[in-house]
Amino acid sequence: MIASLIDVLPVVLLGAILGLDVVTFPQAMISRPIVAATVAGAFIGNPLAGLTMGATLELLALGMLPFGASKYPEWGSASVVGGVLYASQATNPPGALPASLLAALFTAVVSGWSMIKLRRLNASRAARMRSALDSGSADAIVGLQLFGLTADFIRGGAVTLGAMLVFRPIVASIVGTWHSNPLYSRALVVAISVAVAAGAIWKIFHVIPGAKILFATGLACGIGLILLR
Amino acid sequence: MTAATEKRKLPLNTWLRMYLRLFAVQGSWNYEILIGNGVAFCMEPALRLLPGGRGGIAYTEALSRHARYFNAHPYFAGVAVGSLARAELDGVQPALIDRFRTALAGPLGSVGDRLVWASWLPLCSLVALGAYGFDARPFSVVAIFLILYNLGHLSLRAWGLRVGFDKGLRVADSLGHPLLRRSPQYVGAVAALLSGISVPLTARRLIADGRALTITVTIIAIVGGALLARYGERAEGWKLALAILALFVLYSVIA
Repeated sequence: MIASLIDVLPVVLLGAILGLDVVTFPQAMISRPIVAATVAGAFIGNPLAGLTMGATLELLALGMLPFGASKYPEWGSASVVGGVLYASQATNPPGALPASLLAALFTAVVSGWSMIKLRRLNASRAARMRSALDSGSADAIVGLQLFGLTADFIRGGAVTLGAMLVFRPIVASIVGTWHSNPLYSRALVVAISVAVAAGAIWKIFHVIPGAKILFATGLACGIGLILLR
Repeated sequence: MTAATEKRKLPLNTWLRMYLRLFAVQGSWNYEILIGNGVAFCMEPALRLLPGGRGGIAYTEALSRHARYFNAHPYFAGVAVGSLARAELDGVQPALIDRFRTALAGPLGSVGDRLVWASWLPLCSLVALGAYGFDARPFSVVAIFLILYNLGHLSLRAWGLRVGFDKGLRVADSLGHPLLRRSPQYVGAVAALLSGISVPLTARRLIADGRALTITVTIIAIVGGALLARYGERAEGWKLALAILALFVLYSVIA
């Protein structure tokens, strides 16, 4: 157990840093799945597998835009978990991609929920510090800011740790008992991800004049490129 | 004195402090005052230039005015930070600053959401997915996304702070700039075209098997996605994906 915890600590640190990037600091989008999962894969020596997980999650995350107070899954820590779980399956056995993806999605849900809790915690702390803030105390302002940043860092790390401890054995067990055809399993995962991405693209861009024609033109080019390659 | 009418510059180290703090403007984001505390946190270095300096009456009164409810897109918060700091340094009446502050929040949120979250971010994601689909190496994909995205991100934060401080209370003119108003449309048009190219290429690399399967999966998925978007206004795609995937994993383990 202790060896397992030590083993997972660098991943927890990465999850904490990338979880922090989602909202609080610096929002440079190092937490986007295509970045976070690739870096996570590289962390354990398999960046290509990390990228595969990252691209799949990125398709699913396309429509999840971090608008202000809206509730959304937290992809930073979740992508680290998904990237590490998938990249650690050295021979890419059947079931590794669906099982790791499922773990990443569950982590994203839990992590999104933890962000809401953190926002409430920040609010209650701000309320307790109201008189100091109203009196223009720089210490109170900086203190509240540092509290929020630290708490978010801990939140991302705790989510990553919990997810790794829970999902690592589960994913290994799923992969060990997987019966579905590997090619069709992968095709199903891709179909789901592309369908979600297509829906998101429609929702985001359908108001743009000529969007349908542009998308259809692009699609024809994309399929043409596949046929040519 | 009601608005910035003459050229005024912040000392470089003050500007840099404010710029760096902007990256943590959402550090204490919460449901009570949103980014209000963050805005005060970012303005604080400029407020040290007020008469009496750090800890003076003008300084503490200004801080107390700004550590209250405020909402803006995080990348556009620099516009508010710059213009409010300028108004404080120009000695604008507190009541006018409060009214200006209230009026500023809405536009800074909507312009930023449309330009960044609903245009620039999806475009950069699609470019990265396109690079992946063209068989780019892992770190090339990461570098393409991060460099492209952050060119926009870092410049937007710097532009916001600069234009906010330069224009002061007249900053609304800059927010109405045609580039800001029309960019989401142009970026969206490019993204719509690019998404058609990137998505099937991404599917091809992910499936890593024959053209026929890739094209079949892509077309079925795109039709499914279009139906989902058209008829499932309230449905969130990723939740549906989670449910289907969970059932499939269960089936593959038990069957």
